[in-house]
Amino acid sequence: MERYGIPLEGFLVISTAMFFIGIYGFLVRKNLITMLMSIELILNSVNINFVAFNSYLFPENMQGNFFALIVVAIAAAEASVAIALIINIYRRFSNIEVENIDEMKY
Amino acid sequence: MINFSYTIWILIIPIFMFLLLGLLGMKFKPIISGVLGTIGLGVVMLLSYYAAYQYFFQLPRIDDAYQQILAHNITWLNLSASLQIKMGVFIDPISVMMLVVVSTVSFMVHLYSIGYMKGEKGFQRFFAFLSLFTFSMLGLVVATNIFQMYIFWELVGVSSFLLIGFYYERPSAVAASKKAFIVTRFADLGFLVGILLLSYYTKSFDFLNITGPVGIEVTRNLTQTFLGMSVATWALLLIFMGGAGKSAMFPLHIWLPDAMEGPTPVSALIHAATMVVAGVFLVARLFPLYSFAAPDALTVIAYVGGFTSLFAAVIACTQFDIKRVLAFSTLSQIGYMMLALGVSGYGGEKGLGYMASMFHLFTHAMFKALLFLGAGSIIHAVHSNYMNEMGGLRKYLPITHLTFLIACLTIAGLFPLSGFWSKDEILAAAYEHNKLLFMVEYLVAGLTAFYMFRLYFRVFWNKEPHYHHKPHESPLVMTIPLMFLAIASIFAGFLPFSKMITSDRLPFESETNLMVAIPSVAIGLVGILIAFLLYKKDNVRVEKIVKGLGGVYTTIYNKFYIDEVYMFVTKKIIFNLISRPVAWFDRHVVDGFMNGIAGVTVLTSRKIKGAQSGQLQHYAFFFVLGAIAFALIFIYLWQ
Amino acid sequence: MTAYKIMFYLFAAMIIVFSILTVTSRRILRAAVFLLFVLISTAGLYFWLDYQFMAGVQLALYAGGIVVLIIFSILLTSHIDQKFTQPHWSKRIMAATAALSGMGLCLLLFLQHTFVPGTNPPIKNDMTAIGTQLLSTEHNGFALPFEVISILLLAAMIAAIIIAKKGK
Repeated sequence: MERYGIPLEGFLVISTAMFFIGIYGFLVRKNLITMLMSIELILNSVNINFVAFNSYLFPENMQGNFFALIVVAIAAAEASVAIALIINIYRRFSNIEVENIDEMKY
Repeated sequence: MINFSYTIWILIIPIFMFLLLGLLGMKFKPIISGVLGTIGLGVVMLLSYYAAYQYFFQLPRIDDAYQQILAHNITWLNLSASLQIKMGVFIDPISVMMLVVVSTVSFMVHLYSIGYMKGEKGFQRFFAFLSLFTFSMLGLVVATNIFQMYIFWELVGVSSFLLIGFYYERPSAVAASKKAFIVTRFADLGFLVGILLLSYYTKSFDFLNITGPVGIEVTRNLTQTFLGMSVATWALLLIFMGGAGKSAMFPLHIWLPDAMEGPTPVSALIHAATMVVAGVFLVARLFPLYSFAAPDALTVIAYVGGFTSLFAAVIACTQFDIKRVLAFSTLSQIGYMMLALGVSGYGGEKGLGYMASMFHLFTHAMFKALLFLGAGSIIHAVHSNYMNEMGGLRKYLPITHLTFLIACLTIAGLFPLSGFWSKDEILAAAYEHNKLLFMVEYLVAGLTAFYMFRLYFRVFWNKEPHYHHKPHESPLVMTIPLMFLAIASIFAGFLPFSKMITSDRLPFESETNLMVAIPSVAIGLVGILIAFLLYKKDNVRVEKIVKGLGGVYTTIYNKFYIDEVYMFVTKKIIFNLISRPVAWFDRHVVDGFMNGIAGVTVLTSRKIKGAQSGQLQHYAFFFVLGAIAFALIFIYLWQ
Repeated sequence: MTAYKIMFYLFAAMIIVFSILTVTSRRILRAAVFLLFVLISTAGLYFWLDYQFMAGVQLALYAGGIVVLIIFSILLTSHIDQKFTQPHWSKRIMAATAALSGMGLCLLLFLQHTFVPGTNPPIKNDMTAIGTQLLSTEHNGFALPFEVISILLLAAMIAAIIIAKKGK
């Protein structure tokens, strides 16, 4: 099953790569905002999957499309709350390095 | 039909007073709590008198025998169909008599304590404990079954412990209270084993069953033996061990002299008149069993009693602390009672010893309480326990002097004071049974007269030491109990005990055996005379005699070194050879194991708590790895 | 090679390169801009798949909204000209190991799997169809998730305001 010579697996490879790049970013980045960007990457890669599956495998309905829309909405909500938290943390610690925020360990 | 259900109030009032004074006592003024306690006890005393009056004079007798009445019997613990522990009020001649004794002495002591303890720290606490003790003692004497008796027996021990240790700031009082508690508790172990043995075979705790015909029949026919003695004998001997502990019989007597560290009214109430006769009461309560099932045990009791009475009387002659003299005198007199029980048979004339023992218990409670309260009055005036610091007090303390003299004459057994009658019955019983013990008792009678009058002359006559301030007579609230008890001591002997309290509850006629009575009075007089010669005035004869006796005197003065022997046994042998290794084992092996578990946990957690770093990215890293691992497991391994 | 293929490979290359740059760039504002490029390329992929509405949402919400939000917060909290220090090499290796192994596993899984496409005729997914179905309460209608997501958005908005508000 191909469309214009591109199989479904092409999209899946892209989304997988994006997903794990996001994970890599989440694991190595120190700045909270860059970590948030990594999360956006992860969410985005999932969206690509939904849309690609919908388009290639189930063209008779729009579940994947709607799911992607909902994920976008949730990503927006998550980003707004996360940025509010980051701003609060910045007020408290005067920086947003994730390594400094370990007050709640043991 | 006369209803005795009101007798439950005899128990409820003191326990209520204990709770009231114990919980709210500090809210009251001291004098109010004292008066409250005394009034409560007064009501109890009147109820007891009324119960005694009804029981002995109004209750119809069945076949001429006094009835045994269960005024109350509530199932307290319903453990199983065959094992029930009950609580109640048992009315029979000895329990009624004990009610009278306990409530009378307790009331007198309460009244007296208002004066004696005035201004002491913990006045309310003192009265609360007195009420607790009275409750326990009354509960003990009216116990319907041996288990209830055991419960109250322990309660009595606790209240005794609390009261001996009343001055808990004084190390000696603390040591004495611990000693009393441990020694009696040790003896109670035997008591408990005895109870279990007895109840196992008779299938009952109730006195009505185990001392009734069925119980006697069962115990008599026990064929099991252990070390050559029948199980019944063992059980009764073990029970006697408990009694010996409470009654301070040799060799478990060591706690009683030390218990004199408590306030003097406590000594009068607990360690002279009531608690220490609990052992006698216990043997009397189970007397039919002893008599029929274990005469050997009775013989043991007789010899233990006889030996203790002699032993204590000898020591009493050398002591200088007036309370200790009285303590040893108490030992000696309780020895008398035990001896009387030991030589007694069952029923009618043969039960003379039983009757005599109860009689002596009654009179002894009166005159020994009087002696202790008198001693308290002396101590109150002089602020010392030692007779070296006393002398010539008859001028300063006229009432105390007179009542004390009456008590001394009573204990010496002079006609017609009460001590004469009860002691005479004991001697008569011993005379018919065992000549050796009889002779010992004669000797003890002389010694008793001697040491009591030694005390009397040293304190009230003799040379007057230099007093810091002039001794003065105690207030009326203290002298009224003295006078009341003095009157009781004089006239209690005329009570017709043989008509009221006998082994088979059938009255019988007892007559004074002149062959026994006259020499006993004569010996008493000789004792008094020797004391008079030696101690009326300060003279050198005493010291000469003491020097002449040399080592013997020191040995006696040091109470035959019994305490030291115990110390040696406990400290050197038990502590060092048994307790120390056990403690070591416990500390290092048992605790070590537990500590090891805890230590390993602590170490492990210290090692792994680094994982809980608070670093979000560490967590995320392990989360990712974990997710991959789970994916691998569920996809490839979990087929 | 058709234009479609070229477009696809272009978008794919952009996505992967800019993704990598997003997570490795040492200047935070640049990282945000690279993220923007990634999101735009993703929108391109949606267009490629003929999902215009989805692509529009992606551009408007993601590229327009979220990235702007992120850039604002960067401006609020960071010095723009500040360069990040490189993360420790061991940390990078460990993260790369985790990411690569996960990626390997995923690729292995779906490359071995044969996807079976549906045989039903495709439906139109233009804006009208999406709007109708999104607010429909009938079969395949998405009215309930729509409502739920709007409540979620409201709650998140209120929460964000309360959290970010200066304490009294």
